[in-house]
Amino acid sequence: MQEKTFNWRNAANYGLIGSVIMLYFSMIGMVEVFSTRDLIGDFFNMGHMLLYGGAIGVMLFAAKRITDHGGNFWLSTLIIGALSPVLPILLVILSLNFNLRPIFINVSPPLNELITLGLEPAAAGLVVFFIVTLVLVALTAAFTRLPGKIRSPLTTTIVYVLSIAIFSELIIQILNNPLIFGGFRLASLFFTGKSLDLIPAVVLFIGFFGLFYWRGNREPKAAAAPKTRPRLDPRRQWIQLGLIVIGLAVAPWILGLFLSQALFEVGRFVLMGLGLNIVVGYAGLLDLGYVAFFAFGAYVMGVMTTETTLNMGGGVVNFWLAIPIAVVVSVLFGVLLGFPVLRLRGDYLAIVTLGFGEIIRLLALSDWLAPLIGGAQGILKIPNPVLFGIDFNSPQLMYYLIVIGALIVGFVSIRLRDSRLGRQWMAMREDEDVAEAMGINLVQTKLLAFAIGAGFSGLAGAIFAARLGTIFPHSFSLLISINALALIIVGGLGSIPGVIVGAIALVGLPELLREFTEYRLLMYGILLIVMMLIRPEGFLPAEVFKRELHAGEEQPEFSGAVAD
Amino acid sequence: MDKLLSARNVTKRFGGLVAVNDLTVEIDPGQIYAVIGPNGAGKTTFFNVITGFYKLDEGIVEFDGRPINGLSTDIITRLGIARTYQNIRLFSNMTALENILVGQHPKLKTFWAEAVWKSKRFQEEEAQAHEEANRLLSFVGLRGQGDTLARNLPYGAQRRLEIARAIASDPKLLLLDEPTAGMNPNETAEMTEFIRDLRNELGITILMIEHDMRVVMGISEEITVMDFGQKIAEGNPNEIQGNPAVIEAYLGRGAASGLGDRSSESEPAG
Amino acid sequence: MFKNRLRQTTWVDVLLILAQITVLIVVGIGVFNTIRTGSYSNAQWGTLVFAGLAQGSIYALIALGYTLVYGILLMINFAHGEVYMAGAFSAVFLAHFFDRSGFLESRPLAAVLILMVFSAGISTGIALLLERIAYRPLRNAPRLIPLITAIGASFTLQYTFRGLYGTQFRAYPTIDWLNQTWSIFGFTVPRVQPVVFVSALALMFALYFYVERTKTGKAMRAVSEDKDVARLMGINIDKVIVSTFALGGALAGAAGIFNGLFRPAGVWYYMGFFPGIKAFTAAVLGGIGSIPGAMVGGLLLGLIESLGPNLILEGLGIPGANQLKDAIAFMILVMILIFRPQGIFGERLADKKA
Repeated sequence: MQEKTFNWRNAANYGLIGSVIMLYFSMIGMVEVFSTRDLIGDFFNMGHMLLYGGAIGVMLFAAKRITDHGGNFWLSTLIIGALSPVLPILLVILSLNFNLRPIFINVSPPLNELITLGLEPAAAGLVVFFIVTLVLVALTAAFTRLPGKIRSPLTTTIVYVLSIAIFSELIIQILNNPLIFGGFRLASLFFTGKSLDLIPAVVLFIGFFGLFYWRGNREPKAAAAPKTRPRLDPRRQWIQLGLIVIGLAVAPWILGLFLSQALFEVGRFVLMGLGLNIVVGYAGLLDLGYVAFFAFGAYVMGVMTTETTLNMGGGVVNFWLAIPIAVVVSVLFGVLLGFPVLRLRGDYLAIVTLGFGEIIRLLALSDWLAPLIGGAQGILKIPNPVLFGIDFNSPQLMYYLIVIGALIVGFVSIRLRDSRLGRQWMAMREDEDVAEAMGINLVQTKLLAFAIGAGFSGLAGAIFAARLGTIFPHSFSLLISINALALIIVGGLGSIPGVIVGAIALVGLPELLREFTEYRLLMYGILLIVMMLIRPEGFLPAEVFKRELHAGEEQPEFSGAVAD
Repeated sequence: MDKLLSARNVTKRFGGLVAVNDLTVEIDPGQIYAVIGPNGAGKTTFFNVITGFYKLDEGIVEFDGRPINGLSTDIITRLGIARTYQNIRLFSNMTALENILVGQHPKLKTFWAEAVWKSKRFQEEEAQAHEEANRLLSFVGLRGQGDTLARNLPYGAQRRLEIARAIASDPKLLLLDEPTAGMNPNETAEMTEFIRDLRNELGITILMIEHDMRVVMGISEEITVMDFGQKIAEGNPNEIQGNPAVIEAYLGRGAASGLGDRSSESEPAG
Repeated sequence: MFKNRLRQTTWVDVLLILAQITVLIVVGIGVFNTIRTGSYSNAQWGTLVFAGLAQGSIYALIALGYTLVYGILLMINFAHGEVYMAGAFSAVFLAHFFDRSGFLESRPLAAVLILMVFSAGISTGIALLLERIAYRPLRNAPRLIPLITAIGASFTLQYTFRGLYGTQFRAYPTIDWLNQTWSIFGFTVPRVQPVVFVSALALMFALYFYVERTKTGKAMRAVSEDKDVARLMGINIDKVIVSTFALGGALAGAAGIFNGLFRPAGVWYYMGFFPGIKAFTAAVLGGIGSIPGAMVGGLLLGLIESLGPNLILEGLGIPGANQLKDAIAFMILVMILIFRPQGIFGERLADKKA
C-alpha cells in the first residue's frame, strides 16, 4: 500500500484541500478581521498570512508525501498551486454577481478587495491572486527542496521575523519603556503603528539568517562533544532560579500597565491549570466542571469581604483571612462533588462534572440564591487586599500575588508528584483495577486529587475576585473549564512547565492579539483537534515521554542485561 | 494444620452462567498450589473472587484465619495477597522502578502531605523504599533498568517485573495467572526456577494458574483441576496424571494440549 | 445470602443510598406541596405536558444520534449538539426564502419536508466530516483523546457557523395552520405540538425498523455487538460507522426543523449546546446504546423538564423556578449516572463502562 505512487489525483486532492482551507478562513470572516493588523509595512497583513497560509501549509504537508511516494514533484506542485486559489476566486465571482451577505455575513466587499489585492477591475485582481498563490506554493515547494544547511536557519529566521511582527505590541512596550531606555521611544525606529517597517524587517531577516546560518555551521563541532549533559550543579540551579525570580519580579514594570493585566490572566490560568493538572494530568480524571471550584473561591472571597446577608452584614473579613477560608471551602466542595462521581470513569465522568459546573453556574444566576450571593447582579465592591498599609490596587501588585500563589502551588505539585501520592495517582490513571489490586484505596486517592485540585482552583478564584472587585455568574462559564483544559493539554498533560507554556500560549498571546478575540475559541477548538491528531502528548510533555525517548537512545546498552 | 487460604463452596454467577460452582480450595502455608483446567473453566474468575475484584454469590473465603470475601480489593492486598495477570498489566507509562514503588504502597506509612515539606520520616521511608525497589529489580534480573518505561521492556522482563511488583508488598500469598504464557522453553524453565525461589527464599505461598503441564507437574505440590466452574479432581501431581476424569476433561474437549504441550490460547476473563 | 451482600456494602454505597433517599424525599415534599396548594389548574398542567412531549420528542431525535454512535464506537460524540445546530441554522435561510416566495403559505407540507431534507443533509454532511476528520484517525487511541477532540470539534463548529452566519438570532417563519389550536382530551393545544410529537415518533419508528430489518441495520447491530467478529463476517466496519454517523446526523437535522416550528424564537450558533447535553442526558436516562431507550428517555426528559420547575421546585418554595429548568436536566443527568448508569433500558453497560 505504501508503494503506491503519488499521482495527479493525489495532487488534485491536496490542491482542493488547500482551496477549501482558503475558502473556509475567508467565509468565516477570519481573513477580513485579521487583515486589520498589518505585519510588515502596509502591504503584508495577518489576513494575507492566513489566506495564503492555507495553501502554503498544505504544500508543506504534501511535499514530504510526494517525495516519499515517488511522485512528480514539480508537476504536483503546479497542480496544488493552480487548484488552491480556485475556490476563493469562485467566491469572489459569485459575490460580485449576487449579494451573499444576507446569508454569509462575512462575504463582503473588503474580503473581495483583499483577495483581488485591491486591484481594479476585479478580473485582473483575480488573475494576480491566482499567480501570487501559485508562486507562493512554488516557492514553498522549492523551500522544502533546499539543503538542510540553509533550510533550517531559514525556517528559524522566518519564524522569528514573523513573531516579532505578530507580537509587535509586546516589543513596542519594551522598547518604549522609560525605565529601560530612558525617554527614547525606540519603537518608532522599527514600527509604524503596530506594523514592522519594511527596511527593519529586511535588516532583521538578513541579520537573523546570518546568525543562524553561522551557528548552524559551527554546531557540528559542538555536537561531537559527549552528548550527555553534565548534571546541573546546585549553584547553577540557584542562579537559574534567581534569574527566574528576578524576571518574574520585573516583568510587570517592563510590560507596563496594560500587559500586566495579561500577565495576571496568565498567572490565574497557571494556578487553575496546575490544579486541573493534578486531577486530569496525574490522576487521569477528566473534569469539565473545574470552573465550579474557581467560582466557590471567588464567591467565598466576595461574600466574606463584603456586606451581604450571608454574613449578617457584619462579619467583614479581610482578604488575608478570606483566602484560607476560600481554599478550605473549595476543598470541601471538591470532596463533596468528587464523592458521587467516584464510581464513574472516562467520558461519563467528564459529562457529569460538566453538569455539576453548569448547575453551580445556574444556581449562582438564580433568584433563589440571589439574596445570598447576588444572583445575576453578582457581588460588587470586593475590597483590594491591603498588606502593611500597601493597597494592592494596581494590576502589577495583584500580579505579584498571583505569582506567589502559583509558585506555592507549583512547589506543592512537584513535591506531591514525586511522592507516594503522586505514584498512586499515576497508577490509577494507568489502570484503575490494577492500582486497587496494589493496595491503593481508590476512594481516598480520587478524593485527594479532586480536593487538592479544587483547593488550587479556589485560591485562583479568590485572588481573581479581589483583583476584579466584582464577580458575576457569567465569569464562571464552561469556557473557563475548557480554557484550562485546553492549556494543560496543549502544554502536555501532567507536565508543570507545560502548564506554564500552555497558559502563556493560550491566554497570554491572545491578549496581544485582542483584535481577534471573537475567533479565540475557534482557534482553541482547531488547536485541540490538531493537537490530538498529531501530538497528543503536548508541546512540553511530562517526564514520562522524555524518559521514553531517553530509554530508546540507551536501549543497546542494556540489551545484554536483558538476556540474563 | 492451619490453612493459609481456605475458599469453601465458592460460587460466582454471571447472569445465567455459573462461572465458579461450589468450589473448595484449601492451601497450606508454604505450598506451591496449582489450578489447572481447560480454557473457560473459571480459573481466572476464581482468582478475581479471591482478590475481591468480583463479589462472590455464595461461599466463604478465609485468609489467615479470617473471612475476606466482601472486603475491597485494596484491603485484601493489604492483608497479604498479591497477584499478577494473565495478560501482563503493568503501569506501562511508568518506569520499572515506579511500578515496584507502587507495589510497595501497602508498606508505606507516612501521611501523604508530609511529602510537601519533606519530613525526615518521609525522606527516610522514600530512601528505604527506593533501596528495596532496586534490590527487587536485581532479584528479578532487571538491575539497572529501573528508569526504563515498563512498556519498553521485553516480554519476559515484563513478566518478571510484574512479579516483582506483586512481591513488593511482602505478600503471604502470591497468585500467579499463567506466569509462563507466551514464553519459549528456556524462558519457561527459568520462570519455573524463579517461582521455586520465590517460595524457598522468600517463603511466599504460591497459588498459580498454569497451562504448561511440565511446569505444573514439576513444581506444584498440590493441584486442583477445574472444568465448567467445578472441581473435577484434586491431589498431588502423580494422582492428577492418572485421573481419568482429568484426561477426559482435556481430551474430551479436543484440547490435546492439556497433557504435555502448552496451550497459548488465552482464556476470556469472564 | 443476605449476609454476604451486607458484608460487601462499603461506606461509599451507604452514603450514595442516603443521598438517593434524601433526593427522593425532597422531590416528594416538593410534589406534595405543589399538589396540596393546588396553584395550577388541570388545564395548565395539560399545557405543560403537551409542550413537554413535543420538546421531549426533539430531544429523543437528537439522543438517537448519541445512542447510535455510542452503541458502535463506545464514544460520546460531544459535538452532536453542533450537528443539530448546523442543520437548523442553515435551513433558516431556506425557510425565509420559502416564506418570501409564498411557497410556505401555499404548500406548507411540501415546504417543511424540503426544509427537513435540506437540514438533514447539512447535518449529515457535518456529521460525516466530523467522523472523517476528528474521529476516524483516533479510533484506536485511548478513550480520553477522542473525547477531547470532540470538545474541540464542538467549539470549532460553533464558531465556524458563527463566522458564516453571524451572531444574531434568526427566527423561523411561522406557519398559520400550525399556530391554530386543537382540542385534545379537553385541553386546548397549539397544533404544532402534537404535529411535532407525532412526526418525530414516526421518524423514530422508521429508524427502529431500519436498524432492525435492513441489511445495513443488521450490520450496525453486529458491529455494536462485537467489532472483531463483525469484521470477520465480512462487514465493512468503516461503512457501518459512516452510516451510523449519517443516520444520527439526519435525525438531528430533522430535529432542527421541528425545533424551528415548535420554538420560532430563533436559531443561533450556540443553540446546539444545551439541547446536545440534554439529549445526551436523555440517551443516558434511557440507557445509552439502546434505541427505544433514547426515545423513552427523550420524552421523559421533556416531561420532567417541563413539569419539574412548577411541580417540584415551587413546592419547595424556590422562587424563579423556571430559571432552574436547565439545572433540573443536569441534576437528572448527574443522578442517573450516579445511581443507575445503565439507564432504564440498558443492561450490558456494566461491562462496557470501563
